Amino acid sequence: MTLAGHFPYWIVVVLMMVGFYVVISHGNLVKKIIGLNVFQVSVFVFYIAMGKVEGGTAPILTGQPETFSNPVPHVLILTAIVVGVATTALGLALVVRIRAAYGTIEEDEIEDQETEG
Amino acid sequence: MELAVVIGMLFFMAAIALAIIWVRNLFAVTMLMGIYSLTAAALYVALDAVDVAFTEAAVGAGISTVLMLATLSLTKAEEKPFRSIQHPVSLAVVLVTGGVLIYGTLDMPAYGDPDAPIHQHVAPRYVQDSGQEVGPPNIVTSILASYRGYDTMGEVTVIFTAAAGVLMLIGRGRSGPGRRRKTWDYEDLEGDER
Repeated sequence: MTLAGHFPYWIVVVLMMVGFYVVISHGNLVKKIIGLNVFQVSVFVFYIAMGKVEGGTAPILTGQPETFSNPVPHVLILTAIVVGVATTALGLALVVRIRAAYGTIEEDEIEDQETEG
Repeated sequence: MELAVVIGMLFFMAAIALAIIWVRNLFAVTMLMGIYSLTAAALYVALDAVDVAFTEAAVGAGISTVLMLATLSLTKAEEKPFRSIQHPVSLAVVLVTGGVLIYGTLDMPAYGDPDAPIHQHVAPRYVQDSGQEVGPPNIVTSILASYRGYDTMGEVTVIFTAAAGVLMLIGRGRSGPGRRRKTWDYEDLEGDER
């Protein structure tokens, strides 16, 4: 029972870890931000999956008695998606600026330039 | 049946995420990221979160992808092959973290369980009373605009701050190197290169 009951969460954890891996193992700054996005979307899926009720429907009142999925995580994640795009935009702006200053977006090349100088 | 759809889509997302690790062309990776977001949006529909689904499809898959393509047009589209020394360490860190997280899920209520604590408090009140108290049939709208209106206001502050930050970083023709020489980093760089 617990095995089947937690399986979706485990796949979400795998998705998170793939994003985490991209962030810490890749030196390219754009790829790092993409990894961060993968991680972020996985966290959203995790929240929405927790709000799901067996046999429930979308939380929209139709006048009939129905089972609804929990609307509170939906609201949290709506806010989080927009904030996530705002932070992505800021990160990408930093990448553009770093490219203008160093001529590269590879972490190790930036480090080399820093130690030479 | 519904669970099978959800698990199938999660596997699809896992395949896309693994492809993101291997592919080195950043244009391709950006497109994969868009597909990943869009698959997540479809998954949200299966999980009853329709509002989240269209926000993810428009903002997550749409605007993020456009922003990344714009960045790629200003930078390079090919990633350098990365150093192989870092791999075992990061792989170990990731495996340990993932193991701890999976261990953490074991204490959680089962997926879809109607008796889970999350469904017992606050949410039932919103479901029962929001129709009379706020009005719109969509409960998510009622919470977003009324019960949790402060959250939404804070969100606007975050967007404003981010927009101000982006404009300060790359606004007003600063993105072309050499066009403005007053900032410290350009001067430093030029001194090094001589």
